[in-house]
Amino acid sequence: MSGINLVESKLDPDKAIYRQVVPAGEPWIHTVRGGQYFRIVDLHGNQAVDTLFYNAHDYSDRYSAQDTIQQQRNIYLTTGAKLISTNGTVLLTIVADTCGRHDTLGGACATESNMVRYAIEKRHMHACRNSFLKTVIEWDHGMTKRDITSNVNFFMNVPVTAEGKLTFEDGISNPGKYVELRAETDVLVLISNCPQLNNPCNAYNPTPVQVLIWDGPAT
Amino acid sequence: MKETSLLWEETIQGGATWSHVLKRGTSLRIFDLEGGANVAAIFYNFECPVERYNMPDTLKAQHIARLTKGFVLYSDMGRILCSIIEDTVGWHDPIGGTSSAKLVSAKYGPSAYQEHRNDYHKNGRDGFLIELGKWGLGPRDLVPNVNFFSRVDVAEDGSMSFAHGSSKAGDYVELRSEMNVLAILNTCQHPLDPNPKYEPKPVQVSIRRVPAPRQDDACRISRPENVRGFTLTERYFL
Repeated sequence: MSGINLVESKLDPDKAIYRQVVPAGEPWIHTVRGGQYFRIVDLHGNQAVDTLFYNAHDYSDRYSAQDTIQQQRNIYLTTGAKLISTNGTVLLTIVADTCGRHDTLGGACATESNMVRYAIEKRHMHACRNSFLKTVIEWDHGMTKRDITSNVNFFMNVPVTAEGKLTFEDGISNPGKYVELRAETDVLVLISNCPQLNNPCNAYNPTPVQVLIWDGPAT
Repeated sequence: MKETSLLWEETIQGGATWSHVLKRGTSLRIFDLEGGANVAAIFYNFECPVERYNMPDTLKAQHIARLTKGFVLYSDMGRILCSIIEDTVGWHDPIGGTSSAKLVSAKYGPSAYQEHRNDYHKNGRDGFLIELGKWGLGPRDLVPNVNFFSRVDVAEDGSMSFAHGSSKAGDYVELRSEMNVLAILNTCQHPLDPNPKYEPKPVQVSIRRVPAPRQDDACRISRPENVRGFTLTERYFL
């Protein structure tokens, strides 16, 4: 698999069966059925969309960053990438991508990791893992912090260097860029539209994104 | 009294899984006995296992995609589970993951207990799940692991490659426990190791009593993030 694989979708937004804007700092939880197409649009550009995926029939079988990058032998996600679960299930395939690179290693921000990374006084800033937790508690299907594992960061650029350094670069996304995935089985999707203000992952200005779902491929 | 004292040691054979609660103030030294070992490892706060090793927090706090002396392993709660206080290898892989039954069977062929007795092929994921089960934990607690002694390079296009022969016989890494940490280790081969033969290597583990990290401790002062990480960890015990 190469680094960047730009592919446009043939799906018409007007024919989507579901459309929702997710403001910055807000979560979104939804089940995408096997065969449906799911798109995230970076409406204003350079927004990190922290996303977890679960097998909708067994939440203990969930997106695994390590299994995904191990199987494709590449740390970045782009068109063609299969998102693999802890049990080895193919949850989704990226079928279109106009951004070209999405992160698997950076994880989600938390009040605790903000204290370590920036300052102990940052404890009270809003963070993705608070959004994840609030959402699964309110959703009330038995999920807890044990289920908040390593996520995908759509539209985020986190390169690894030859010396083994992890760097956070300015986003390579722009307004209107999108990534589209086909669900290969019924998948629960949990998004935190990242509220991070301390690093360039959101260009210091978190903005809304849009999610769309189609029932099947373009006819 | 000596500052460090050996409490016990034992050998973990290849393909095995092992667990122990590393007490705060002790260290775990892992020796590569033959060269080419791989030790997959996951870590939990023993008193509250919902606090566990977090790969992304460890990597982004220290801006690293490799582990060596001076770096630490972070929990998801902003605390330091273990510090790497000695290392003769220079690169331990935090991203490559562990093997599964499917991968091991595809790579090395099927091998069941009925035919091969205790030499049957083991895989990292099943080893972790069985050991997690012994501590009342399960699949929901399986998190990304570290692979000690293995090196995975990442090219500019993101592609990953396993570096052959990174660890030699006699190499070791030593982790100082900064909390009471449930450590689960397995010695299955690295999932990206191209070796077509099933030959997981043994390691020796030893537990020592070690002094508490001082204010000028190399892991503490290696990065400003780690100064704060140690502060938050020490506050947990106040």
